[in-house]
Amino acid sequence: MANEEVKLYGMTLSPFVLRVEWALKLKHIEYEYVNEDLKNKSPQLLHYNPVHKQVPVLVHNGKPICESTLILEYIDDVWKTSCPLLPSDPHEKAVARFWAKFAEEKCLHSSFDVISNAGEELQKAVEELQQNLKTLEGYLQGKKFFGGDIIGLVDIVAGWIPCWLPMIEELVGVTIVDEEHLPLIKAWMHDILELDVVKKTMPPLDKTAAHMKAIRENVLAAKST
Amino acid sequence: MENGEDIKVLGTWPSPFVIRVKIALNMKGIVYESLEEVEGLPYKSELLLKSNPIYKKVPVLIHGGKPLCESLIILQYIDEAFTIDGASSLLPSCPYDSALARFWAFYLDDKWFPSLIGILKAKTKEAKEESKKQVEQGLELLEEAFKKISKGKRWFNGDKIGYLDLAFGSHLGWLKAIEKSENLNLFDEKKTPNLIEWAQCFLSDDNVKKVMHEIDKFVEYGHKLKIKWGVAN
Repeated sequence: MANEEVKLYGMTLSPFVLRVEWALKLKHIEYEYVNEDLKNKSPQLLHYNPVHKQVPVLVHNGKPICESTLILEYIDDVWKTSCPLLPSDPHEKAVARFWAKFAEEKCLHSSFDVISNAGEELQKAVEELQQNLKTLEGYLQGKKFFGGDIIGLVDIVAGWIPCWLPMIEELVGVTIVDEEHLPLIKAWMHDILELDVVKKTMPPLDKTAAHMKAIRENVLAAKST
Repeated sequence: MENGEDIKVLGTWPSPFVIRVKIALNMKGIVYESLEEVEGLPYKSELLLKSNPIYKKVPVLIHGGKPLCESLIILQYIDEAFTIDGASSLLPSCPYDSALARFWAFYLDDKWFPSLIGILKAKTKEAKEESKKQVEQGLELLEEAFKKISKGKRWFNGDKIGYLDLAFGSHLGWLKAIEKSENLNLFDEKKTPNLIEWAQCFLSDDNVKKVMHEIDKFVEYGHKLKIKWGVAN
């Protein structure tokens, strides 16, 4: 669309920001990326997201939209013609929204529990994450992607899995997704990583791994005091 | 809507998440069968467990045999599947206004309502005070949001009750009950005058009155919950 000003306030290591970038790139939307230092948030970020003060924030022609899943739906509503992220049928759309919410609330949050625990608690967190991924796998049945032949909202929301999970596995020293127990998720992870949009936006692995390691160390240290 | 399409709502009367779905169906003139999960039973019905095996929670909307879960998702479905004309949309047609409505609805459920219930659950005076403060701060944010979003009209959605009115209004039963049982004023005439008026209008609406039980029933139920949580005798 001509004369559209689109800015994305983000942070390189954030999976929430990455999913918005994927949506923008899939729809060939030109945007300016503004990198935020979360320890020193810019006045613009605080102005655009006064309630949560977080990234990502999409600013479209001066109007801010916050919360990554809401941003994805906004992008899909505005730029309707290319690469729809949601099905048009109301029931299928509702089902996709349900699974996006599940992927966010159950899978992503379980992964935080994995990073934040050790010993027996780690084992429990891993089992819970595996159980939740198994449930999510049900929605993949008979399809290449959650969106069908091409990626959709659920693939994008769950996109942290192929990018971040291998690093988490290495960090905690536990295999979480294997072909025997989660064959469809394993295959889907591979297919996601083959996509151009994903290859072009992969987060810097060294920095991300170091960042995750630091978070884990801090949380475990706080727990032991 | 097709004639003869079977619509059921699995719910419980005190749940704001169920209340909002039923009001939305009433507003759209949709006839549905209300199946009440019986309160106090230690188990959930087979239909609920089959329709929502993942979360095992209400509400569940079953339309033509197909279940849908998560109240805000159900509201959007009702809006998309049963639109008769543009004027009766629950969500604004402008994508930005729609995103704003969704943002505040999510905030209400994710942050604000847990603080509200936190007042009931609080085991210490300090905890109760902290929850109360969070609720009041949230209401001030919502007052500002109302001024911007309503654009001078009666509802968040303009001339008619919409998605955000439903998301927030469905919590009013508990808000009023907690004000009564805990002897509090959560709305403030000086800080949240618009919300006070909006809330009165909402609770007076016919479609809401058909669904929302009397405040005293919420108070009574709240007392039972406090006993269950070990904060009352």
